[in-house]
Amino acid sequence: MKKKLLALVLAATMALGLAACGSDKEASKGEATDGGKVFNIYCWNNEFRTRLTDHYDAYEAVSETEGKIGDVIVKWHETPNADNQYQNALDAALLAQKDAAADDKVDLFLVEADYAVKYVDTDYTLDVKTVGITKDDIKDQYKYTQDAVTDSKGVLKGLSWQGCPCVMIYKADIAESVLGTSDPAAVQEYVKDWDTFNATAETMKAAGYKMVSGYDDTFRIFSNNATSPWVKDGKLNIDASIKDWIDQTKLFTQNEYNNKTTLWGDGWSTGFTAEGDVFCYFGPAWFVDYTARQKDADGNATNDGLFKATEGPQSFFWGGTWMCAANGTDNAKEIKDMMLAMTTDAEVMKGIVEKDADFANNKKAMEEMAASGYTSDFLGGQNPLPMYIAGAEKISLENITAYDQGCNEKIQSCMKDYFDGNCTYEEALANFKNEVKTMYPELTVE
Amino acid sequence: MNTPKNKKCVSYNKWGYIFLIPFVVTYLIFQLYPLFSTIYNSFFENYMAQGGLIQVGPNFVGLDNYKELFSNANIGKYLGNTLIMWIMGFIPQILVSLLLASWFSNMRLRIKASGFFKAVIYLPNLIMASAFSMLFFALFSDNGPINKLLMSWGMLNEPFRFFSNIWATRILVAFMNFLMWFGNTTILLMAGIMGIDTSLMEAAEVDGAKPSQVFFRITLPLLKPILVYVMITSLLGGLQMYDVPQILTNGTGSPVNSTKTLIMFLNDHLYSKNYGMGGALSVILFVITGILSLFVYRSMVKKED
Repeated sequence: MKKKLLALVLAATMALGLAACGSDKEASKGEATDGGKVFNIYCWNNEFRTRLTDHYDAYEAVSETEGKIGDVIVKWHETPNADNQYQNALDAALLAQKDAAADDKVDLFLVEADYAVKYVDTDYTLDVKTVGITKDDIKDQYKYTQDAVTDSKGVLKGLSWQGCPCVMIYKADIAESVLGTSDPAAVQEYVKDWDTFNATAETMKAAGYKMVSGYDDTFRIFSNNATSPWVKDGKLNIDASIKDWIDQTKLFTQNEYNNKTTLWGDGWSTGFTAEGDVFCYFGPAWFVDYTARQKDADGNATNDGLFKATEGPQSFFWGGTWMCAANGTDNAKEIKDMMLAMTTDAEVMKGIVEKDADFANNKKAMEEMAASGYTSDFLGGQNPLPMYIAGAEKISLENITAYDQGCNEKIQSCMKDYFDGNCTYEEALANFKNEVKTMYPELTVE
Repeated sequence: MNTPKNKKCVSYNKWGYIFLIPFVVTYLIFQLYPLFSTIYNSFFENYMAQGGLIQVGPNFVGLDNYKELFSNANIGKYLGNTLIMWIMGFIPQILVSLLLASWFSNMRLRIKASGFFKAVIYLPNLIMASAFSMLFFALFSDNGPINKLLMSWGMLNEPFRFFSNIWATRILVAFMNFLMWFGNTTILLMAGIMGIDTSLMEAAEVDGAKPSQVFFRITLPLLKPILVYVMITSLLGGLQMYDVPQILTNGTGSPVNSTKTLIMFLNDHLYSKNYGMGGALSVILFVITGILSLFVYRSMVKKED
């Protein structure tokens, strides 16, 4: 009987101890430990995996879904972005994070600027300090790349290896024949502000060319330069800059300054070819070298030298990928090392520019490269780095919200009906408000 | 003497119930329980804010979800879209199916290789709706093969933008639904026609009835039960139209929401995992389906009296 009682008491103490342990864990805000055998990374494409394979020495690729860092197995959980699949998968994993087995916990995940706040402003994402990264480590990064993933309390919760300031790329032969010059500085004079840009569009039309490919090409420039956020105090807010985009695009459509295409859609990219009739596109380094640069089946570029780059009417940024450490990770050491190597190591970042023609998130390294005479094959030997550097310094992210992705997508798809002439501006706007209300029931829409 | 007799009786009854168990259990778990939990959920505010990570509710809100749905004029529009696209597909579907079914089941015509044709007309139904929609999306895109063809034949000067035109998109959706389902309907109607006593038709022919008279006076009236069945199942399928317009318009129901169906609207609410609004919309859909089915059934059966 005594023995039984003793056992019972012991068991009770153990249970209490465990319970105490459990509640302790819940109470602490960020949890990161070492020694995990499996390092789970959530992402939506192979970009980060190829970057790691190419530039991070400690990573050893095993297959498309697996790799190794020392003894730690790296598992890639790749879910495509389409139809919000990536975020659905990531949300499900994060919501289950607390109860997941150590080897199944999310350790690192990637986010984009449009929805970074959604993750950064929660406890699912760790302060980079928790994994051991100091302010001094990241002093050379562009400020906007840190603003994008700083939560409402001022805590930095992610890091990026790339910067995405944008340039305007234009077709040199069209510039030559219509404007009489293809020199970037001279062409810039024709697109230096929106009034001149619109006037040049008329000139292009008169010569039988289109200024831009479709409806959404200038959207990011206007939305980035908005002076108020999409959502203010829980209320949907449409900035004057967005209205400017709508007015400009309607004008461009009516006057046939564009090909009526939609971004990424059918026919949108035909302007990248030698036969293309589109004067300009806008985008950051990844856009220039991955989207605009066309490759044949053997991987050889087919349109090198057709385009040149200039700043365009206004500076803006587009996209970018951030690494966030997940709360509850058991691979803090690997995360720290990976983040430091990929986002602060000047040599790695120069390598990224050299090999992938991306723009890396390191002021010093980029300035050195810009001065050292780096040239882009796609831009026919032009050095775009000084433009990117100037653009990166100007980017402001004070208007970023967790609702940007939905609002950006819906305003573009709803306004397409207005541009197509299928409905009035008021109807399109009402549809947009309805769509936003359905996506985000917590918002007030009027 | 009494005992074994009783036993035999009981054991036969027992088997009947045992064989019913799989259906009843499946029905309870996958149909009846979700039905009630949907109705229950429709009275709650329950969703994920900011697009997925912040749980709101569940809070009991009474009929607020219904009020919001009805205050939003679009639900009527989506119901209209659904019905318009269904009718546009169903009318040619039933006509073509009736014609084909009467041809295939007509002994006099002796259609060669009718087995082959029966298989062929059923084939579109075997392709996944999403694959079928992708195919049509590619075919009818602004720079797609259909536009190229029409331009090279000189019928068009510049590409016709099918998916930017309200009626072109609706017609495409209806046409795809027609293509996918007319084979199925033909098979059903054929079974119905072959179930009709041939002596009736022979008697009519002996009396000098023309083939069209035989069809309208004998085949069609006797086919009514099957027609009612086809109508109601097609109506249910039509009200739940989702896959074709969803894929064809990339989930937007464009242009101007003119191809957005009720189920696509329901799917929109799943972005925020909005079980409250989703539940309320499902209940409304349930009621609409019930009323329309009853209406179809009544209108077709009453004439018999």
